[in-house]
Amino acid sequence: MDELMSVWQWLTDPAHWTGPDGIPVRTLQTLYISAAAMIIAIALAFPIGMITGHFRRFGNFVTNIGVIGRAIPTFALLIIFASWDAVGVGDLAAILALAIFAIPPLLTNTYVGVRDVDESMVEGATGMGMTNSQVLGRVELPTAVPLIGAGLRTTTVQVVATATLAALVGGGGLGRYVVDGFALQDVTLLMAGVVLVSVVSIGTEVILAVMQRLLTPLPLRLDRNKQMAEDAEASAA
Amino acid sequence: MSLPAVGEAPNPWFSWSYVENNLDTLVAAGQQHVALTVFAMGLSIAIAVPLAVLVRTFAPLETPTLVVTGVLYTIPSLAMITALWPVFGLSALTVIIALALYGLLIILRNILVGLDGVSETAIDSAQGMGMSKRGILWKVEVPLALPAIIAGIRLATVSTVGLVTIGALVGYGGYGTLILNGFINNFYHAQIMTATILTIILALLFDGALQLVERLVTPWTHTKDSR
Repeated sequence: MDELMSVWQWLTDPAHWTGPDGIPVRTLQTLYISAAAMIIAIALAFPIGMITGHFRRFGNFVTNIGVIGRAIPTFALLIIFASWDAVGVGDLAAILALAIFAIPPLLTNTYVGVRDVDESMVEGATGMGMTNSQVLGRVELPTAVPLIGAGLRTTTVQVVATATLAALVGGGGLGRYVVDGFALQDVTLLMAGVVLVSVVSIGTEVILAVMQRLLTPLPLRLDRNKQMAEDAEASAA
Repeated sequence: MSLPAVGEAPNPWFSWSYVENNLDTLVAAGQQHVALTVFAMGLSIAIAVPLAVLVRTFAPLETPTLVVTGVLYTIPSLAMITALWPVFGLSALTVIIALALYGLLIILRNILVGLDGVSETAIDSAQGMGMSKRGILWKVEVPLALPAIIAGIRLATVSTVGLVTIGALVGYGGYGTLILNGFINNFYHAQIMTATILTIILALLFDGALQLVERLVTPWTHTKDSR
């Protein structure tokens, strides 16, 4: 109980809400690391996923990237980048490790989403004289939105949560409180950090879930059971 | 490969002599890695199955249960492990419990999705044959849901193999301990890379083994490979 009180006091102490070591700056650092990683991952995964999905080719390649990608430990990637002279310790190592972590699920979901669009719709569009890029842009992508969106959401949340690791290699973000608290054996600081990284991760999940629902066109909105199955598929991918 | 500058010790990423000289360490780390993964997954399944039964029996509990396991899944694993450290100390239990809680959502959700996916027709025919509710669950629903359930266990296991490495912080990380020590020990590239590759191989072995289990227990899905 005393421990809970001291964590609460730490979190509500105004001194911890200002300065370069304050909660707002640390939160922004976490979001910056996550956003940079997601931008790199999206820039690589989306185009490749769309093209392979549209032509319904290289499915094995995409599946293998997914399987191997899941098997690569992000912690190990982070340490590899941080100990590599060309990158070194700091935020960049975390951004690169997280980008590699995010590519496989984004790629698989984009590929599967585009590939699984009803063939009769694609044939109809082609019959109307649409070009490849028109079929992709006007038929396949809009139809694939729920799966791509679900994958984007799961992946972003995982990236924000995993960004905590950045602090292990001298990077910034809310993970600093956790890592420093652990190193100093300061349980209050550690637990305050745990609360903060959890709140930011869960907050990201909630905000993205709401956005996903608002952005999905009405006819494509799923009921709850289907949503759960879709989420399961998105995280499996 | 460029030659090292004068006075600079070579620090290659790939070194067979590292492997030869540290075989015992690598084997021991591998055994710990496997043990941590197996215990975490065992605990996770042991919690997920009764939870699934409970949720299927008392439908109103489904949403709160999924929210709680969802929150556990979203808490960063580094935070989960370090948060349990004041309670369980620098022990294997800290890592096992943290990773079991983390994997819970994937396994529970796949059990529920699998059971929900069983067709009404199959259940209707079982009822028509006079099977009891219990008989239907164990002889019809569970077997038909097995591919989804094992897929969940596979997914959770592969990510657990990776996350075990973070256990290095509390001294129980299998290959992760070698990775962390390599980092602390002046960026010992050969140790970091060897342990990383072995972790990936371990994850792929677990993945392959569980895929084999899936085929053995659900022979009727043989005809078509369902990912």
